[in-house]
Amino acid sequence: MQLKVENLEVSYGNIKALHGVSFSVDAGEIVTIIGANGAGKSTTLRAISRMVPSAPGSVLEFNGQDILKYSADKVVAKLGISHVPEGRRIFGNLTVTENLTLACFARKDTDQIAKDLKWVFDLFGRLEERKDQLAGTLSGGEQQMLAVGRAFMSGRKIMLLDEPSMGLAPLLMLDMFDALKEINKTGTTILLVEQNARLALKFAQRGYVIENGTLVLEGKASDLLDDPEVKKAYLGA
Amino acid sequence: MESLGELFTYFLQNLINALQRGSFYAVISIGYSMVYGVLMLFNFAHGDIFMVGTYIGFGIATLLLAAFASILPGWTIFIGTVVITMFLASWIGVFVEVAGYRPLRSAPRASAAITGLMIGIIFETGILIMLGAKRLSFPPLMESVTYNIGGVFLTNVKVMIIIISLLLMIALQFFIQKTKWGMAMRAMSYDFLAVPLMGVSINIIAPLTFAIGAGLASVSGILYGQAYPILDPYMGVIIGWKAFVAAILGGRGSIKGAALAGYLLGFIEIFVATIFPSTLRDLIAYSIILLILTYRPRGFFGMEHSTKLRL
Ligand SMILES: Nc1ncnc2c1ncn2[C@@H]1O[C@H](COP(=O)(O)OP(=O)(O)OP(=O)(O)O)[C@@H](O)[C@H]1O
Ligand SMILES: [Mg+2]
Repeated sequence: MQLKVENLEVSYGNIKALHGVSFSVDAGEIVTIIGANGAGKSTTLRAISRMVPSAPGSVLEFNGQDILKYSADKVVAKLGISHVPEGRRIFGNLTVTENLTLACFARKDTDQIAKDLKWVFDLFGRLEERKDQLAGTLSGGEQQMLAVGRAFMSGRKIMLLDEPSMGLAPLLMLDMFDALKEINKTGTTILLVEQNARLALKFAQRGYVIENGTLVLEGKASDLLDDPEVKKAYLGA
Repeated sequence: MESLGELFTYFLQNLINALQRGSFYAVISIGYSMVYGVLMLFNFAHGDIFMVGTYIGFGIATLLLAAFASILPGWTIFIGTVVITMFLASWIGVFVEVAGYRPLRSAPRASAAITGLMIGIIFETGILIMLGAKRLSFPPLMESVTYNIGGVFLTNVKVMIIIISLLLMIALQFFIQKTKWGMAMRAMSYDFLAVPLMGVSINIIAPLTFAIGAGLASVSGILYGQAYPILDPYMGVIIGWKAFVAAILGGRGSIKGAALAGYLLGFIEIFVATIFPSTLRDLIAYSIILLILTYRPRGFFGMEHSTKLRL
């Protein structure tokens, strides 16, 4: 087990967003968490990447190491956990290349950085064509590619993805998931959070369903796709 | 009736003076602007950091002069003073960030503003306690030479102030545009919440920003000491507020804007004083600034806040 989450509780002020969430992800797996708006998907990822504090008693472990001992930047730099946040959050005042190199801020393996940059540009040809352009001038789809490419550059072991399909046209969406498959093939574990349940469950090997800050279902992705309750609530059928 | 030629020399003379004054405002206001850009807080202690930097420069200059004046050429002592002062003053900047602002990062911005003013007062009284109320005089680091170019009087000190200030700003621009730390600062000014996700520690970038601002201000202090040799613990207050105005006028976090606004402020002040009685100078000068801001509330190069304040 690579990532272990146990009894994770997170509150924003007085509002409890997660009520003891437990799940795990194995190395190299593709796992998805699906759920409705406000269910707590983003919060789960933010807790793992230490962007929000978790309540005492929560357990977050990565390869046996206590994630809670690390600050947000060290989670990326030392543990290799990268996070594509909700809404992309690319740096619009930096060029495409600068966005990608900033993600290597803490890395010292210069040779590998150059190879990775090339790899990302091969994966997303559109980024290479626009490499000297300010990221703020990219289209929404291109910005999403940049956000994913940037995460790939920043940490390699696991990628946390927050709704990478959001705002993409159906064809681009499929391209994006193909690219994520390629990233997964390099050995990067993927934890994907999605509202687009059908897409996510077709892509992932295993899935969890979150409702109101609690995981209510889990199983093989193909089983969840056939689950009558999942069908009714999330697949619109 | 003055001839056109005389008028022109008069104009040039004031232009030189305005450039000198603008150089101080520009370099100091950059420190304000950078901190605001990167951390979204106004470091109201910045004027007093300038003051402390000037005192450090004074101390270093005095020491170096006492030890080496007879063996080393004047310019080496000047460079030595600048380098050592910059280094020491940077640590003042780091200290202010770590001790003053870091504990307040998630507190309301007003707490940070009050803290800044408090730090300023601590520095002022600290100097007062250590050195007493007597006014010290900054030793000249070069022999002043006056040139008369067609009726315009130019001193080597003025030229040096203008050129060194420009060089500092060019070096800073290079740092911001070409190094990974500069890149991280630019990224922070766009979206500071997303920066840690890049593996960048805010606890490195924030003190670095303060250090640069303080380092720049301290060099400005040394130059200031060459133009106006009197030191006093409150010397940073007025110039600090003016640099703050220049930072606002330049636009949030814009280094170019702060520099430009600094010079503009110098020009307005000098030229207003040539036309109106000098007691009205600040009133008129800042009314002009107010007018500009009415029409350009975000200043010259102000970015819109692109940061969504949650991740
Ligand atoms: N920064 C915040 N401050 C206060 N409440 C928050 C904050 N972020 C999230 N919440 C609340 O926490 C709960 C879970 O939010 P979260 O963003 O994790 O949901 P989500 O499953 O990602 O939803 P969506 O699909 O709409 O992105 C919601 O009730 C939300 O209103
Ligand atoms: Mg979300």
